Amino acid sequence: MGNLATSSRRGRLRKWLTTNEPISRGQARLGSAYRSWLAFSRNPLAMLGLIIVLALIIIAIFADQIATPSPVVGGDLRTERLQPPGENHWLGTDNQARDIFSRLVHGSRLTLMVVMLVTVIAMPIGLLIGTVAGYMGGWVDAVLMRITDIFLAFPRLILALAFVAALGPGIVNAVIAIAITSWPPYARIARAETLTIRNSDFVLAVRLQGASPFRIITRHIVPLCIPSVIIRVTLDMAGIILTAAGLGFLGLGAQPPTPEWGAMIAAGRQFIIDYWWVATMPGIAIFVVSLGFNLLGDGLRDVLDPKAEK
Amino acid sequence: MTDATNDIASGERSRALLSFTLATGRFLLMLAVTIFGLLAVTFFIGRIVPVDPVLAVVGDRAPAHVYARVREEMGLDLPLWHQFAIYIGNVFRADFGNSILTSRPVVEDVIRYFPATMELATLGTFLGTLFGVPLGVAAAVKRGKFIDHVVRVIGLVGYSAPIFWLGLLGLLVFYSKLGWVAGPGRLDVTYEYMLTPVTGMVLVDSALAGDWAVFRNAVSHIALPSALLGYYSLAYISRMTRSFMLNELSQEYITTARVKGLSETRIIWFHALRNAAVPLITVIALSYAHLLEGSVLTETVFAWPGLGRYITNSLQNADMNAVLGGTLVIGLVFVAVNTFSDLLYRLFDPRTR
Repeated sequence: MGNLATSSRRGRLRKWLTTNEPISRGQARLGSAYRSWLAFSRNPLAMLGLIIVLALIIIAIFADQIATPSPVVGGDLRTERLQPPGENHWLGTDNQARDIFSRLVHGSRLTLMVVMLVTVIAMPIGLLIGTVAGYMGGWVDAVLMRITDIFLAFPRLILALAFVAALGPGIVNAVIAIAITSWPPYARIARAETLTIRNSDFVLAVRLQGASPFRIITRHIVPLCIPSVIIRVTLDMAGIILTAAGLGFLGLGAQPPTPEWGAMIAAGRQFIIDYWWVATMPGIAIFVVSLGFNLLGDGLRDVLDPKAEK
Repeated sequence: MTDATNDIASGERSRALLSFTLATGRFLLMLAVTIFGLLAVTFFIGRIVPVDPVLAVVGDRAPAHVYARVREEMGLDLPLWHQFAIYIGNVFRADFGNSILTSRPVVEDVIRYFPATMELATLGTFLGTLFGVPLGVAAAVKRGKFIDHVVRVIGLVGYSAPIFWLGLLGLLVFYSKLGWVAGPGRLDVTYEYMLTPVTGMVLVDSALAGDWAVFRNAVSHIALPSALLGYYSLAYISRMTRSFMLNELSQEYITTARVKGLSETRIIWFHALRNAAVPLITVIALSYAHLLEGSVLTETVFAWPGLGRYITNSLQNADMNAVLGGTLVIGLVFVAVNTFSDLLYRLFDPRTR
């Protein structure tokens, strides 16, 4: 009986969500989100990507509970150094007798932090520059887009390297360097979107009502640009992770003993011939997480951007 | 009557000439602005370095008047815009200062290390194009079939795996376990000084000298890193080829060609690919530029004596002249490659004229 009741309630909810005549703005919004979700969840690869990313977030939150051995302080150097993967240490230990599994689990926090911070810094910069350039046009557009082109013309890793060289190595500086190099594509996309909507009727109507350019950009144009920028950001996240890991590998990102995945590969490099797992495991972690973000980004693009190739 | 047509024709011609001149002028102006921006960025980075360049010269025990004199000699007491002007002047005279690490002018170092990077990136792009274009075409033609999935997986792995990690695994498997290829470096130690550098590219130099033992050794050294870079370029090129080909194959002229009864091979390789080739040039150029940059990590893994490794080595020794000089050169090459591909695009695609 109870089962039947919940299933019919679910049926009613679905009908409410998929109706062609929504009675409120909220219902229409939820309904279109639900339809996107249906399309998204039909794509197994995209779902795999979503699961990987969610798993990363959960692991990062509960790192202390999932992996109890310390990621920084190792065990007995005489007996527990460079142990192969086994029962005591699932993924083996490194040259400081630290549990690699534990270091990977705690390193997920760093990876997630880098991705989030870069997004939080780079996305608003790109959105602001792109929408202002697109809406204002004229010389503002010309100047802003030239600046964007200059940053696009510079190879990303090299520019990040030079910035880190100037600011000094460290995870925060690596984040700043990556953020400085990753906003230009977002500005390009936001500008292109803005150009298509700046002369639409609703913007003219708002302008007639006396809205300031600031209000038009922040309240009416930015929200419409956000979906396409988010798709691009998700697709970029793998690149951000790889750049951060590359900086870590070169010794310019997170400093030891922080369990940063790229730096872990660099540390395991000298033992790779006899103790392959030390450098291999962090690489697998980077690969899986980047793959997750790539699959998620591809899936989002297929659902949210009808213009993109299928 | 004929006079009138002539007038129109010559009018059109002069208008075309005018628009061409305008386009060229615009293009050159943008190029100049971009290069100016590059210089501004490297100059700015050089100014925010926490290391005091004066202290680096005089040491921290120097008396105040020596410090002040050196500071003046280095031009650091001038206003910023003046320093920037001097910097631009120096760059145009190809003077990036001396490297602290090698105590040679940075320009000499760059000339010495660049060929190794170029050799690697060129071979990588060549391999990527050679295999990437046919794979991309096959994936577009057999859309949704097995080969399409293969291309998709190749692309996903290429976009997700850290290149330095794959390089390490490659060394572990193919050099240390299987012994199929030679290890890090460009040549074995025994061959190292047998070659007089002409172009600085070992493969070319040894072939020119007709020294096939050295050539074989160089091939076995470059095989793994170039295959790795080639894989990354393949991942990108095959994916883009697929999308360009899908676009072309859905056009009406393809249907027309089919109706005319042309063979499918002819339609795909002559009609569709020829049109897809124009944007592909840009993609290949872009991939080449990215390999030049991606070589920073690859060169570190394979101890490849190129510009990328030069930059990271200098970085670790706080040798800012070398870092900024190397960065600027890679940036300029990047801009040059992009500009070149843009020009080719204009040349091959009549619609852009």
